[in-house]
Amino acid sequence: MTFINYASKEINCKIVYYGPGLGGKTTNLQYIYDSTASHAKGKLISLATETERTLFFDFLPLDLGTVRGFKTRFHLYTVPGQVFYDASRKLILKGVDGVIFVADSQKERMDANIESLYNLEVNLRANGFDLMKIPYVLQLNKRDLPNIVSVEDLKKELVRKDEPVFEAVAPNGIGVYDTLKAVAKQVLNELRKNGNGAGRR
Amino acid sequence: MISTSTIIYEEEYQNLKNIAAKLCVEANARAVFLIDKNGQPIVSYGEMNNLDTTSLASLTAGNVAATDGLANLVGEKEFPVLSHEGVNRNIHIAVVAQRIIVVVIFDERTNLGLVRLRVRRAATELTGIIQTIHGRTQVEENSNGSDPLFLEITDEDIDSLFENL
Repeated sequence: MTFINYASKEINCKIVYYGPGLGGKTTNLQYIYDSTASHAKGKLISLATETERTLFFDFLPLDLGTVRGFKTRFHLYTVPGQVFYDASRKLILKGVDGVIFVADSQKERMDANIESLYNLEVNLRANGFDLMKIPYVLQLNKRDLPNIVSVEDLKKELVRKDEPVFEAVAPNGIGVYDTLKAVAKQVLNELRKNGNGAGRR
Repeated sequence: MISTSTIIYEEEYQNLKNIAAKLCVEANARAVFLIDKNGQPIVSYGEMNNLDTTSLASLTAGNVAATDGLANLVGEKEFPVLSHEGVNRNIHIAVVAQRIIVVVIFDERTNLGLVRLRVRRAATELTGIIQTIHGRTQVEENSNGSDPLFLEITDEDIDSLFENL
């Protein structure tokens, strides 16, 4: 849910990175954090286990700049991807303005991608959102690995509407910013079109 | 009622700030924060000491959200009050009108009982303002009127945001 403060002249939007475990959600955020100028970012918060698996969420606030005198900030969150953290994933989606689905291109993770995408739809619905209406981008990560599904086959299984699709190698930053820009533009365009948040059922 | 955007205008912001200031002084606290339940910081007052208010807001909202999940599991609607006791600093968290989180950071200069009392009083004042904010947002949603701020945003405005990324 977009937050607009006319007193402090700020527009704040929430983007959530979703996807199966070890798919690259946290890596996306880490790359953005490492490569963004210090004046444009806040602290990267990672609530993780001892083995660096996301336990609750990662959080990174980004200052994109000013639009019509209003500071535009995007709050980026990731969810824990492991199957048994479903309760937490549902909580993190609360008030979301845009979603990025980070799919794992490896052949052995295809089922996990499909299951996670279905889970996304269920949890969005539980929060009063409709995936078909909300700003949404699909990222096909790990394109550098040898045992991967073709882009065509991944799209066949995972594309849900005519969402933008980006190939990525998150550790190197390939596709990371393209994905983020695409969803951020969708969020701002929806604000402009509707005057307030979109994607509600 | 499900609102789609939370919009706070100058007068409401000032009223919220005044309530936070009054609470901080009357509770003898170090700092008071008002946070949107989705994790957005709204107002802060007191001794910040370089405190990262953005992170505090996000973590607090996550804390409250997880606690709400626990409450549902045991058959409660919510646990609206949380307190964390530290060696030097303590945090008292209260959810007001199911929308706003009040965070009070305090130390040995006061006590939890006084903080809780002052927060309850502040909650009564906050509730009216919160209902106004969300009531107005619902009216705007129903009338399908667009905020003029967004109508003015052009494609070039949006593209320019990403030039430095």
